[in-house]
Parts: sequence; C-alpha cells; structure tokens
Amino acid sequence: MWTDRLQFFEIMFKKTLQVFAVLVCVLLGGIFLTLLVKSLPAIVSQGIRFVTGKEWDPVMGNFGAIPFVEGTLITSFVALLISIPFSLSIAIFLGEYFKQTWFSSVIKSIVELLAGIPSVVYGFFGLFVLVPFVRSLETPLGITPYGVGIFSAALILALMIVPYSASMSREVIALVPSDLKEAAYSLGATRYEVLRYIILPYASSGIFAGTLLALGRAMGETMAVTMVIGNSNLIPESLFGPGNTMASVIANEFTEATDKVHLASLIELGLYLFVITVVINSVGRYIISKFTIETQTQ
Amino acid sequence: MLKSTKIMTVLLATLLITSSIYSAELLGAGATFPYPFYAKLFSEYYKKTGVKINYQAIGSGGGIQQLKNKTVNFGASDAFLSNAELKSMPGHVIHIPTCLGAVVLAYNLPGVANLRLNADVIADIFLGKISNWNDSRIQALNPGAALPNQKLVSVHRSDGSGTTSIFTDYLNKVDKEWGQKVGAGKSVNWPIGLGAKGNAGVSGMIKQIPGSIGYVELNFAEKNKMAYATVQNKSGNFIKPSLEATSQAADVAMPADTRVSITNTEADNGYPIGGFTWLLVYQDLNISTPKDENAKALSELLSWVIHDGQAYAKTLDYSPLPASSVKKAEVLISTLKF
Repeated sequence: MWTDRLQFFEIMFKKTLQVFAVLVCVLLGGIFLTLLVKSLPAIVSQGIRFVTGKEWDPVMGNFGAIPFVEGTLITSFVALLISIPFSLSIAIFLGEYFKQTWFSSVIKSIVELLAGIPSVVYGFFGLFVLVPFVRSLETPLGITPYGVGIFSAALILALMIVPYSASMSREVIALVPSDLKEAAYSLGATRYEVLRYIILPYASSGIFAGTLLALGRAMGETMAVTMVIGNSNLIPESLFGPGNTMASVIANEFTEATDKVHLASLIELGLYLFVITVVINSVGRYIISKFTIETQTQ
Repeated sequence: MLKSTKIMTVLLATLLITSSIYSAELLGAGATFPYPFYAKLFSEYYKKTGVKINYQAIGSGGGIQQLKNKTVNFGASDAFLSNAELKSMPGHVIHIPTCLGAVVLAYNLPGVANLRLNADVIADIFLGKISNWNDSRIQALNPGAALPNQKLVSVHRSDGSGTTSIFTDYLNKVDKEWGQKVGAGKSVNWPIGLGAKGNAGVSGMIKQIPGSIGYVELNFAEKNKMAYATVQNKSGNFIKPSLEATSQAADVAMPADTRVSITNTEADNGYPIGGFTWLLVYQDLNISTPKDENAKALSELLSWVIHDGQAYAKTLDYSPLPASSVKKAEVLISTLKF
C-alpha cells in the first residue's frame, strides 16, 4: 500500500514533467503554424516576388524581402567578424591562462553581466556614444556623416554577442583534457604551441558552435538595431549607409499596418526569420552534441 | 473551510453593492498622437461625471482593428478610414473630429533662423533631388540667409504613423512626381533618407546630425525647442506653423461625414501640412457597447469632447476644432443610436 502510493507519486511526477516538456514543443510548432497561416495572404498575393523583390512599397502593395534579408545577414556577419577576436581572446584568457584566480572570476562575471543588459540600453549606448563616434570617423573619410547605419548596427551587435560566444568557448577550452596538454608540454611545447596545436583544434567545434549561437542571437536582435541602423528600406549602398533588418522593419511597421497584405508580409518576414534562426540554432546544437559525444568516448 | 465561505459571501456582497451603484466605464484604443490630449480630457471628464475611460494609445491601426473586433467601445485614428476599410467594418462607423495637429519641418542648420520652404522644394528634398543646402532654389526662397555648402540629410519616421500619413498626403497633392513614385500612406517607400522611430526618434536624429531636416508634430518641435520652417501655402502666403494657422486650415468646406484631408488647404492663412484626428464609433453604438448606460455615456462624452473639452486643447499644444467642424460633429453625434 505504502509503496503503491510512492509509485503512484513517482508516475504522476514523471507525467507532469512530460506534459510540460511536450507543451514547449507544441508551442514551437504552434508559433510556426501561426506565422505560416497568418502570412498566407502575402504568400498568395506576392508569391515568388516576395523572395526576389528589392522593393518594399506599402502604398502600391509591392513587398520584396531582399533589402531586409541582406540587412540582417550583413549586420550579423560583420558583427560576428568584429566580435570573434574579442570573444576568442576572452575565452582563451579565462579558459586557459587564468582559470581559477580572483581576477578571472571578476572578468567572467562582467562578461556574463554584458549578456544581461536589456537591448534598449544597448540601443541608447549606441545612439549616444557609438553613433557620434562613427560619425567622427566618417567625416574625415569623406562619407556622408549619418553616424547611424549598417556599421553602427554591426558594432553594437558585436558588443551584444561577445558574452555568448565567449562563455561558450571558455567552457569548451576549459574542457580540454589536461593529459593531452601535459603530454605536449612534456615534449617541450611552449604555451603558445600547446594553445595553437592542442587546445584550439580540440575545442574548435565547440567554439564554432558558440559562434553560431551568437550569430542566431545577432539575427533576431531588434531594439538596439532599430535605434542605430538608419531604417532605410532600400538595399544598403555601403557599409556606412543606412539599411534595415527583418526584425527591425517588423517592429517599426507592425503596429500601424492596417492593410491585410502589408500585415501578412510583415508576418512572412517573421516566418523567414524564425526559420533562419531555427536552422542556425539546430546546426549549432548538432555540433555541440557531436562534440560532447567525442569527449565522453575518450 | 468556514473562513473561505465567509470571504466568498463578503466578496459577493461587495460585488452586488458595487453593481447597484454602477457607473459607466468605457474602453478606447488607437492613435498615439492625441494621447496627451485624450488623457487630460478623460481624467477631467472622470472628475466631472464619474465615468471611467480607459484609453490605450496602441496606434491608429490597432485602434481600428480593436473596434472591428468589438473589443473596445471606441477607436481613435489620425487618418480617416478609406471607403474599403469602412465597408470591412461590421457596422457603419462614424468619425468624430476631436482636434487638429500640424506637421512641421524641423531642421538642424545653425545660423539659419527662419527657413522658408515651398511645396516643390520640400518634395524635391524628400525625393533626393535637392541634396545640398546651398541649392539655388532654397536660396531663392531665403534671400537674406547665408546657406552653407552642406549635404542635406532628410529624416523620416520608420514606424507607420499618422504623422507620415499627413505629410505624404501633402506631398502627394502638391507634387506630381511624388504621387507617381511614392504616394501617400502611414508607411511609404522612401526614396532617400534616414528613418527613426517615433517623433522622439526623428527629433533626436535631427538634433544629432548637422544639415538634417525631418518632419515632426508641431507640439513636439515646440517642446523640444527645435527650429522649424515656414511653409508657403496654396494661396502663396508664407505661414509660420502655429495652433491658430492649423485651425484656420481646417476652416474649409467639409463633407458631412468629416472625412476630409486639409493638407494644402484653400484657406488663405492656413498652414498647409496638418490634419484632424478622430474618435471612431459605430453609428449603432450597441455594436461595440451593448450596455445601454455605457452607450449613453459614450454619446455624452463625444458631445463634451467637441464642446467643453476643446478648452483643454490649446494648453496642451493641440489646435482646437474650428466652429464649422464642431457643427458637423454635432450633427453626426445626433445620429448615434443606442
């Protein structure tokens, strides 16, 4: 009797956990379906033009996603390029050189703190600090000193994604088995050589996965980007020119989109953004899981 | 157990008592531009009559949508509904004008205090055809001013807005090329320039970028102490934007349903870039306001807004309705059914 009750409790507890876990999956599927159904009017009326079109004209009802897809990809990848030297340095420094010191724990928590700052705060920082800085760079270069634009957006994004790739990479670097490193040292390798030929190759897939996750985060970022990108719905002319991303055009136009096709087109953009981020995240997760299996078997 | 029954009884009793001294409660949603005006109006009205009005400034589009779904008693919009939009509503919707707003061209050009512009020049600036402040056409309008050789940067709203709707409606009327290339709407395909979110975003960007020009609501430019341009109207007079000039612009022949655009006004002393903002209700109030007490309160509220409520407009930098539009609105309110 007593054990029956315990068993019953065990089963119920497990079932409850299951229900909540499944609910999350259902939610994801539900979001996808909602986006798909709500974007049907645009899919029907715009067809392939939505994917190939370079013009976003709510007045005439022509909606082409190219400027926003380009804007999203350019800002995210430039941000990634800018952030890699920083995140990699932080990861190597904290994961290998200063593992357990007081100083490293301070840096670690500061880096993690960066991830917790609300994006609107980054936006303000971008608008009041980065934008004037970029403008002061543009004037001597002979570029129209807008200040805002693709480059400013990429800069602020780079700052925002550093903690993601840094903490991920730090963890995999710290995971490198010490017998491997000690073996290399015993053969007379210098610290740099151990880093270059043992640690980095070993941790590379994990570092790559962390970078991909950071990329996914950069693509979906809305508020901070909207504030500094210049919001021009045209294909960006240069790195310093104004542009727009998928996320920021949705944030900008959604509230006042009364026309059915306009609204559906914005939702279709959301659908693409959803698919792109899901793909990037899945690839990242896949690489991580592969990496963990490798370390377990060794 | 006994305790909770007790609590329930007390709660139930309270509920019964409150419902017996029921006072009307109204829910509205829509335009953000007149929000400060409405907030003041509705709080004053609550003090006077005890009618609670909850207004959510979620944007004109959202307001129309919610009225369509009958989740609010009234909507609010800076742009009137098109015939197609009216048809898509579940009942006949009428527009009650409440006040007027002007859209001004704010600029950042140190040393130039009273910039004068006309329709062609404004259109060509936003089409990207005039790209430098020392352009001969700007100089011709401002003979005394020392216009610098500086690149002109135009700034527009990136979010869909009634302000953009008024401004592009003006350009659409005065410039053929604008009509063909861009047109009018809450969001348009801007051929050039930077976008910023909200009146605050646009004015922030103008303040930051030397040589920039953009459009913001008059009350916003006033509050932020920005320089804004004097604009030549249809009669050829150069009009400094003001509350009076905007009210005068609205003092023109008006259709019975008050759905009228007053940009490029015929009025001699009217400022040409402005527009009404409206409250939207179903003519048969019961469609979205099934309770009779609430429907009655709503029609009384509308009547108060166009009469006594107008006194609060100027103190908050909104232009009050001219007498002619108040008359039209009175007729419309008298047709309400509940």
